[in-house]
Amino acid sequence: MFFRYVLLGIFVLFSALGCSGQKVVSKPSVTIWHWMTDRDAAFQELAKKYETLTGVKVNFELYAPSDAYAQKIRAAAQGTNLPDVFGILGEKRDFAAFIKADHILDLTPYMEVNNAAWKNSFFPKALAVNEFTVGNSYGISSGVYGVPVDILTIQMVYNKKLFSQLGLDPNQPPKTLDEFLQIGPKIQAAGLQGLVSGWGEVWMIDCLANDYAFNIMGKDKVLATIKGEIAYTDPDWIKVFTVFKQMQESGILAKGLVTMINKSAEQLFANEKAVFAFNGSWCVNVYQGMNPSLEYAAMLPPQVSDKYPMSIWGGAGSSFMVNARSKNKDEAVKFLIWLTDQDQQAYLSKATNNLPANKNSLAKIPEVLAQFARGMDYATHPNVWGVSEFSTVIEAFDRGIQSIVIGEKTPGEVAAEVQEIKDRELAKKRVK
Amino acid sequence: MKLKENLENYVFVLPAVTIFFVFYIIPFIWVFQLGLFEWDGISFTKVFVGLQNFKEIFLQDKNWWQSVRNAGYITLIALTLQNILAFMLAWACDRQIRMKNFYRMIFFIPPVLSEVVVGMVWRFIINDIEGANVINRALVQLGFSNLAHNWLSDLKTALTTVAVVHCWKGFGWGFLIFLAGLQTIPRELYEAARIDGANSWQAFKKITVPLMVPVIVLVAILTVLGTMQVFALITSLVGGEFAGHTSVPVLRIFYSMLRSSRFGYACAQGVTFGMMLIIISFIQYRFSKKDQPR
Repeated sequence: MFFRYVLLGIFVLFSALGCSGQKVVSKPSVTIWHWMTDRDAAFQELAKKYETLTGVKVNFELYAPSDAYAQKIRAAAQGTNLPDVFGILGEKRDFAAFIKADHILDLTPYMEVNNAAWKNSFFPKALAVNEFTVGNSYGISSGVYGVPVDILTIQMVYNKKLFSQLGLDPNQPPKTLDEFLQIGPKIQAAGLQGLVSGWGEVWMIDCLANDYAFNIMGKDKVLATIKGEIAYTDPDWIKVFTVFKQMQESGILAKGLVTMINKSAEQLFANEKAVFAFNGSWCVNVYQGMNPSLEYAAMLPPQVSDKYPMSIWGGAGSSFMVNARSKNKDEAVKFLIWLTDQDQQAYLSKATNNLPANKNSLAKIPEVLAQFARGMDYATHPNVWGVSEFSTVIEAFDRGIQSIVIGEKTPGEVAAEVQEIKDRELAKKRVK
Repeated sequence: MKLKENLENYVFVLPAVTIFFVFYIIPFIWVFQLGLFEWDGISFTKVFVGLQNFKEIFLQDKNWWQSVRNAGYITLIALTLQNILAFMLAWACDRQIRMKNFYRMIFFIPPVLSEVVVGMVWRFIINDIEGANVINRALVQLGFSNLAHNWLSDLKTALTTVAVVHCWKGFGWGFLIFLAGLQTIPRELYEAARIDGANSWQAFKKITVPLMVPVIVLVAILTVLGTMQVFALITSLVGGEFAGHTSVPVLRIFYSMLRSSRFGYACAQGVTFGMMLIIISFIQYRFSKKDQPR
């Protein structure tokens, strides 16, 4: 009997709630998935500010580490349950695949309003990473598909104090490879480590090798190689591989570099055990946290040739894309316009020591960060080349350089191996 | 009547069979099916390529087979070093020794630690420029300074170092299972053997080892399955593949999926690897059946 009364009570309660005269109107909200642990607090702060201003709730949801995030995004794409805004970690072909599957909104119409005011506020190279040009090789309609939140450049940094200890001028970093290599024996004699970087995670090797490829043979020849018109066994590519052999032989590379993860490399540099580091502009924030009194400066990788300028990887650091299937896409775009506005970008830059994507927010940034920003003049990125190398070739290339550094293979052997894989992939492509 | 009994039995096992089918068989079939396509994991369209992915794995992918060889090497070390150590320690703890409960607890700490944590800790212990360099310091102190070097970034020692750390982490499981097995052997057998004049070694050889064969096989199968799938430990210890010298199949599958965006190929690698593990386990099982006293 008691049970029946309880059931009746629940029924009456639910009926009464259902008969409520006031219809609850939910406030609009925007959900954003990201992987940027170091920027999460600043994002949350900006979200609060935006809600106060507009009443729109923005939920920044952090999923780290980046590998786990990349998996989550793909799984969500397969289930068509992506959030309103998200970022993509991967190469341009992954970006294109998301667009082809209608997961990403074309932002060009939003960028073009008010005489393209939004578009013009960004560094052009930052926007280029998110842009598909007319007749691109990915088969995507031309337009802008992502919003850069910050920019980065990947360069070398050197410790000024250790430079003085080694009897070098702390304001004159090496400009040529020869000058750079000559420092190797001095570093070894002083019991220090030379260049540290996350070469265990391989993509940074790829990055430095591309810098040297651009410097040795120029952009056109690099792109011709990717297109399959030039072989990796070409003398210029052998020269690129040889740079790593020379570095190893001179003692300029830190011990155990090929298995070093970037976090360890950052610790070594911040703890003043290493003279040089090859790292992205995010390192300013990292070093600040590890050793606020670290005296260092950014420099371009020392060039091998003066025939072509040294190029470095740079452009959009992280970007956000709007889900084309989202019901809140207009709200999402409005928020992104606000997030990339001058004030918010200045706040983000100050709070996280990252370079702002908005070119008008560069006024007050630390000197080292400004040096990284100046690197934008030399910046390039595989995502703006319009052609992509086969992933298997990139893998063979990076592994090959690791093999050169540990003295397992010669530059010629590595070049031949890379070309063998390239030929195989080209043959497969022709069959298709 | 018999039909009714049979039906009743089937009804009892139906929930378990359904769960097994839904969560194991269907995904396996689905992964196999995906292995027949070229797919980036994002697009809604997939290109059917038949057995092309499998053909590439078997005939062209040298990196894959290098990773299988590496995993095989780690497994071999785990099967021998790790399991012999686990067996000997379990045997010691099964006897009347002081503080055996304390040892049991200590030996079981490494297996419960995360692989990532173990990798980071050992990286710190081993590494000479970013860590405590304990191994090299010990070698120098003991007068073996010529052996001191960077264990993780020397192509001759990197994989063995990974294997030894893996054994350190994994031997606790074997220890526990061996100990449980040893405790099921009736004590009367040892007493009878002693009365008959058998010494400790003879008792071990004639009683302990034969009665432990099923447990040894179980531990061997678990070791093979666990070690062949080692992945996180390598990533945290050496950062990745180290020019292929520390690559293992799971790492290759992961890279195919995330770095190369070849989901179809990664699925084919997963199926190939799964079948390899099934075959190895089946062979081990058959051998154990053959050796067991009837």
